Amino acid sequence: MQRLKQIWQVFRKKPMAIVGVVMLALAVFVAVFAPWLAPYDPYERVQIETEDILAPPDSEHLLGRDDAGKDVLSLLIYGARISLVVGFTASFFSMFIGTTVGLTAGYFGGRIGNGLMRFTDFLMVIPDLPLMLVIISVWGRGLWKIVLVISLLYWTYTARLVRSQVLSTKERQFVLRARALGASNWRNILRHILPMVVPLIIAQAVLDISASIIAESTLSFLGLGDPTLVSWGMMLNFAFERAISRMAWWFFLPPGFAIVWVSLSIILIGNALEEIVNPRLKTHHLFDPRRMVSLSPTPKEQQPTEPVLETN
Amino acid sequence: MQRSDYLIRKIGFAFATLVVVIVFNFFLFRILPGDPVRMIVHSPRMTREAQEKIEANFGLDKPVWINKQSLAEGDIMGALDTQFTAYVRNLLRGDLGISFSTRRDVSELLAERVWRTVVLVGLGEVLAIVLGIFLGLIAAWRRGSKLDTGILLAGLFTWAMPTFFFGIILIIIFRGRLPVGGMVTPGLKPEDGLEYWLDLGKHLILPTVTLTILYASEYLLIMRSSVVEVLSEDYILTAKAKGLSTIRTFRDHALKNSMLPMITVIALTLGYTVGGAIQVETVFSWPGIGRLMYEAVQKRDYPVLQGTFLLLAVSVIAANLLADLLYAVMDPRVKPE
Repeated sequence: MQRLKQIWQVFRKKPMAIVGVVMLALAVFVAVFAPWLAPYDPYERVQIETEDILAPPDSEHLLGRDDAGKDVLSLLIYGARISLVVGFTASFFSMFIGTTVGLTAGYFGGRIGNGLMRFTDFLMVIPDLPLMLVIISVWGRGLWKIVLVISLLYWTYTARLVRSQVLSTKERQFVLRARALGASNWRNILRHILPMVVPLIIAQAVLDISASIIAESTLSFLGLGDPTLVSWGMMLNFAFERAISRMAWWFFLPPGFAIVWVSLSIILIGNALEEIVNPRLKTHHLFDPRRMVSLSPTPKEQQPTEPVLETN
Repeated sequence: MQRSDYLIRKIGFAFATLVVVIVFNFFLFRILPGDPVRMIVHSPRMTREAQEKIEANFGLDKPVWINKQSLAEGDIMGALDTQFTAYVRNLLRGDLGISFSTRRDVSELLAERVWRTVVLVGLGEVLAIVLGIFLGLIAAWRRGSKLDTGILLAGLFTWAMPTFFFGIILIIIFRGRLPVGGMVTPGLKPEDGLEYWLDLGKHLILPTVTLTILYASEYLLIMRSSVVEVLSEDYILTAKAKGLSTIRTFRDHALKNSMLPMITVIALTLGYTVGGAIQVETVFSWPGIGRLMYEAVQKRDYPVLQGTFLLLAVSVIAANLLADLLYAVMDPRVKPE
């Protein structure tokens, strides 16, 4: 807890991180209040005329209409829900799987640990997108299938990260002492090791959200999205298949930039978090303002004892 | 670690991965609901003759994994006479089945298209590595400066962008000025000589630029943090202390040591690279393996889907092995005997 508070203290001083938080908050707001914000209901059947198809923006339809005569702005607003739901749930599941595998492999090691890591390496080698395409094509399209496939493929980085952290943490004095005092494995893991790796896990999970959102939109763009929902990726699929020759920019630019908006906001947050919690990205000797000749450092120049507190 | 041990381990892992991919490819297309193999056989679009050929090829009259009856009788060869062994036998002969939609041999389709993808991805990858390393190095060197922030933001922005969307934007911008689809202008043939190749080159520009910029963003971010990490090592401090110029410190110490993680990362992102190729080929109608896979998904052409997946997976496994071998040569910690 103390550590999380410290991280927050550093985090809120990073301008990029704050921009990310604001951008994400806006997207979450739009997703939550979609029914109130959207001018039309995109899932409602509408009677349309031929000239409504791909009609350019006007005062009634601020972002024009799509190839079925529906209001693009409303589709866009509702699409935020799909992207965020997929991003957050898939990242949560993959964080869970990755942490469990990493903890087990790192703490217990031995044959099980080795086997788990070989399996992790194996999954890392197999190209993700072709594998997802194959599985979804055979298994059938659906939002939860997409979430499941993403989470079952995207946990590998987390597992490796957690394992290497656990390996170094479990040899530290306080863990060895706890074990000597007779603390059980579970207690050791939950009380002593997990808190040390949680910040790293969170940073990775945040980056996974953006990876999952991009994966969902890519699958939808390639025609494997949930057929009952209109996600941003699927809008781009429709736009690309049917509207690119008519240059209906109002149809394909908004969903694309919406994906970039959300995923960029998350990457900004994740990147800042990673820079704070990854102890290896700290000092930089070459451009350290300290003079090499000074033999007796003044107190101001001393390195802080807790590396987390250092900002860049 | 001895170099030979390292090599044996890496080759063993690549081989094991290959086996798992083959088993998975077999398993996925038979066990999951819908049973695509049977669908192929009973597809009304197939001629009777083709159906019989497929049935014999897949060994559909035989058990899936193992013939228990023969096993009980002690007949090992008979026990292994199954659909799985028939599948592996076909694979070894290079027979990947017949495409649903074009009724051509899948291996033929793949062979015809594979070089187009190799050219595209190879070119994009090489340019991206050069660009990524260069920008990453500069950003790390000027860490905290405006230049660094600019490079970092541009990198993060393109990283956040789905590959296919970046391609679409380029199409919108360059439509009319550069070719935005296909490999050559219809009508031109290789016999037309220079004109054909120039036209091909023009068609390559936009897909290559898309791939280069998107891969480079990933490499530059990793190169940047890798260099930043190396610069915090004590030997950099030593180099500085003994009076080496910044340029020399970078060239002789920082660059070399940051390159090792880069090799690992390039190998690790090869799978991602392949995913990028599928999207770029789809958007720019580049008739390679990726576009083939996209079309197979649209038409539910399972034999083609299976074949392209196998080819892509095998290429990535092979490229990974290559990167591991390169690592063994470059990393002094992996000792020669």
